[in-house]
Amino acid sequence: MADAHVSAAPVAHQFDDFQQQTVADTFGMWLFLATEVLFFGGLFCGYSLYRNLYFEAFTAGSHLLKIQYGAFYTVLLICSSLTMALGVRAAQLRQKHALTIYLILTWIMGFAFVYVKLRYEWYGDYLEGLIPGVNWAPSRESLEMVNHFHATLPHLALFFIFYFCMTGLHALHMIVGLGLLTTLLIFTQQGKVTGGNYNWVEIVGLYWHFVDIVWIFLFPLLYLIGGRYV
Amino acid sequence: MWHSFPFHPPQASTLAVEWDYLYFFLTALTIFFAGLIFAAVFYFAIKYRRREKNEVPPQYEGNLLLELTWTIIPSLICVFIFIWSAHLFMRASTPPANATEVFVVGKQWMWKVQHPEGPREINELHVPVNEPVKLTMTSEDVIHDFGVPAFRIKRDVVPGMYSTEWFEATQTGQYHLFCDQFCGMGHPTMVGSIFVMSHEDYSRWLTSQLNSKPMFASGELLYTQLGCNTCHTPDGKPGVPPLRGLYGSQVKLQNGKTVTADDAYLRESILGPEAIVGYPPTMPTYQGQMNEEEVLQLIAYIKSLGSPGERKATQQ
Amino acid sequence: MSTVAVEVTPTLPEVHYLNADYGWRSWLFTTDHKRIAWLYLFAITGFFAVGGLMATLMRLNLVEPQGALMEPASYNKLFTAHGLIMIFFFLAPSIPTVLGNFLIPIMIGARDVAFPKLNLLSWYIFMLAGSVFMLAVIRGGVDTGWTLYTPLSTTYANGHVLSAAVGIFISGFSSILTGLNFMVTIHKMRAPGMTWFRLPLFIWSLYATSVIFVLAMPVIAITLALIALERVFHVGIFDPALGGDPILFQHLFWFFGHPEVYILILPSMGVISELVAAGCRKRVFGYSFVAFSSVAIAAISFMVWGLHMFLTGQSVYAGFVFSALSFAVAIPSAIKVFNWTATMHKASVSYDAPMLYAIGFIGLFTIGGLTGLFLASLGTDVHLHDTYFVVAHFHYVMVGGAIMGYLGGLHLWWPKMTGKLYPEAWARFACLLVFAGFNLTFGPQFILGYLGMPRRYAVYPPEFQVLNVMSSAGASILAVGYFIPLVYFTWSAFKGPVAGPNPWGAKGLEWTIPSPPPTNNFDVTPIVTQEAYAYGHEEAHVG
Repeated sequence: MADAHVSAAPVAHQFDDFQQQTVADTFGMWLFLATEVLFFGGLFCGYSLYRNLYFEAFTAGSHLLKIQYGAFYTVLLICSSLTMALGVRAAQLRQKHALTIYLILTWIMGFAFVYVKLRYEWYGDYLEGLIPGVNWAPSRESLEMVNHFHATLPHLALFFIFYFCMTGLHALHMIVGLGLLTTLLIFTQQGKVTGGNYNWVEIVGLYWHFVDIVWIFLFPLLYLIGGRYV
Repeated sequence: MWHSFPFHPPQASTLAVEWDYLYFFLTALTIFFAGLIFAAVFYFAIKYRRREKNEVPPQYEGNLLLELTWTIIPSLICVFIFIWSAHLFMRASTPPANATEVFVVGKQWMWKVQHPEGPREINELHVPVNEPVKLTMTSEDVIHDFGVPAFRIKRDVVPGMYSTEWFEATQTGQYHLFCDQFCGMGHPTMVGSIFVMSHEDYSRWLTSQLNSKPMFASGELLYTQLGCNTCHTPDGKPGVPPLRGLYGSQVKLQNGKTVTADDAYLRESILGPEAIVGYPPTMPTYQGQMNEEEVLQLIAYIKSLGSPGERKATQQ
Repeated sequence: MSTVAVEVTPTLPEVHYLNADYGWRSWLFTTDHKRIAWLYLFAITGFFAVGGLMATLMRLNLVEPQGALMEPASYNKLFTAHGLIMIFFFLAPSIPTVLGNFLIPIMIGARDVAFPKLNLLSWYIFMLAGSVFMLAVIRGGVDTGWTLYTPLSTTYANGHVLSAAVGIFISGFSSILTGLNFMVTIHKMRAPGMTWFRLPLFIWSLYATSVIFVLAMPVIAITLALIALERVFHVGIFDPALGGDPILFQHLFWFFGHPEVYILILPSMGVISELVAAGCRKRVFGYSFVAFSSVAIAAISFMVWGLHMFLTGQSVYAGFVFSALSFAVAIPSAIKVFNWTATMHKASVSYDAPMLYAIGFIGLFTIGGLTGLFLASLGTDVHLHDTYFVVAHFHYVMVGGAIMGYLGGLHLWWPKMTGKLYPEAWARFACLLVFAGFNLTFGPQFILGYLGMPRRYAVYPPEFQVLNVMSSAGASILAVGYFIPLVYFTWSAFKGPVAGPNPWGAKGLEWTIPSPPPTNNFDVTPIVTQEAYAYGHEEAHVG
């Protein structure tokens, strides 16, 4: 590569050169994402099965979710993917300052996602008694919704289990992503990233985009396709 | 311990005979191919044994023709076995229309059997010889499996659904009944006996079962006890579908699909009405208020009210 | 014709990976793939001993129809723990983490795996998983069977299902990271000239295994997470009374579970290819067919999960599809067996222990594979499902196949790992003992299954006793057969004669470097110019 002279990054002993190390790291992340697809896949599979079995309850459940939150998260995550992508570009161009700004922006949006989700949406669900196994006492309005769609409470509980499992696993991935971004920010400040290991940004970027894409599937599955806009 | 040392399970049903043909064929196939490989391996190992410490044998590539041969021949054999066994499985999965019905409920760790005529048994099943018998089975708790080696039949008994299996016994006698799906601590004690009896013995046995009311009569009793009759009458009321002629009829669901009102449909309608039936969900659920045996009795009652063909006949 | 037979007494290299560094830190914090292989070897030997002891107790109990030793409750816990330990903590890691870790970088001409720290982390995750699981066993055990079927495991079982599930959940991540590491290593770390079709077949099979690790393990992880959730909150995911579907668990479980059995056997198939090549001093017949059959097995294995569920009430037509696909997965296995046999034609067959294990494998695996046809075919499965026939079948594949391969591989590469030779006569004796004991243990179980004896029965009708006693007698021989290698390997590591770099006169990069290898494996990155089994090309070897 042209920038071989720039590369002050240490090459681990098992690799022949920096190039090999970079492609190995990136390939490793792609494989990890393949694992993640199957990890979420089990939940998507269960969701599809029960949605098919208990269509009415899943419709009712979808109506009980607050779509404004879902829409807000979607906008947030799409924007954060943009800033992440810009960050990767900045890292490749060795622009330490720009990279720092983009990483911070991404971090803020990711944090906003997690904060709003936990503090407002989930806490709201908790107060409404919509968390099966923890606080399951649906309010009058919820029960009316259930009756309106000819659904039953146990089946509604199934919807909410999958809702919490899927979004919970996603939120966990967001939190891990925030940790990765924080680490990346520290390394950036130490000059390790723009000094050579720009591929770290690329790898964290891959992860971040993956988590965003999962949300792009979750949003319509949970919030939209409940028959609301059919 | 040597007094009974079988190498062959009793062959006591029509299916068992057919099953054994396929089994013997597969066994012969196994012996043939394993023998072939063994012979080749031993022959090569002895003939081409290393005679000199630093010997290096002549090298050659593989042989495409040979590779294709031992890909295609096993494939063809597999296709042959597949067709044979799929055919057998289809037969084992399709009970004859004239089969006598018996109802089985698995429960940790016993088998509860109900005959439509009334007799109820635990861990025993009495059946007549040379007559197809269809078992309709469900479970109160975990997954069990109703297996009778002498008949070569076996089927998982899953909670929340009805599974069926059938057999036609060909020899009178007493045979093992095993639970074949691990179901908890008492799994190995969830065993019993199948008694295959001649027709005379069987009808004598049926009549000797005192205090036994036919299943539909028990169902009719439940029908009043549980208060079903406050809404449902055999001929229906405004807003309430008639029960007469319901069994086996076509029902339109709220989601637009049409299903046949069979055992599974009726069970679902009684226990979780909202989920499936084609009517506004005003009926409360009876989940937890009755056990699986009682559900079967209620279904037997509804069945006794006739099927659609019979309804037409009575109306004319 | 022959090699440059210069008979010099071999000596150990002065510095090698075993003596490069001393002290427990140098082992517990090592990132050297060869030392990590040893860490795994110790760990899984321990698990094998525990699982084997449990099997011994079970066989002892079955000597009497009414149970000679224990109550059914204890027996249930034993076979559950035996299954889970052997599958998740012995067989799945055995060849990949010990032989794979040791050999993959050496065989492809690399200094280490792609991510050495991740490799060590995998071991720690594995040990954590093992500890959590063993804690569950010690605190009272689990009585669900290794398949953890719902709703038994979620609602009705009283054992420590939760901590056992957590243990297996964690172990999944160890496997995923190992598989990921191996895949990246094989893709990106090959020495110059080491093209895909010059790779030893062992690498091909481990590559296929790694694909399964990466794609199947996350599914069982999420399934176990759902089990744990259901266990804690009882929300009804798998409980039919609350609308859940217990069969969904089986679909998810076997979507992982069937590929999992290929995780157990594929590495062993790879080892056998190496053993046969080295034992015959000959190129493996039909290299590309053997290589691609590994990949084919891995691919098809993801589509056959329904074959475990013919009798659960899935539609007859689904049964047809799964049965047909199950036959399809049998073909690549058959191709391998035929090719190994053909390799012995006009070869120079050695009677050393590794080759004996390979021959034993071919025989036992052939029987195991052919009896698999009984279970893949819908009709016959009805009667044989959940009987001892199934137990016998999968032990022929798992024990007769996977463990024979593992032991054979251990014998072949023991001189490379330690620089010492093991006592050949003892090894041959132990191999024969294992072979004989194995057949006596599991052969009668085929007949028991045909007679209809269900698996997982602590007590059984008296007419099955004779065959059970035979099986138990065989198990005791088998136990001795497994114990002997443990003794002589330990002896050989300290007192064995020095092996030299290539005691077998075998081909492959691992035999070109000293035994034991230096920490960096290769002082100079090798440049590969030959195919994997270049017997008869002596000139390259001398240089």
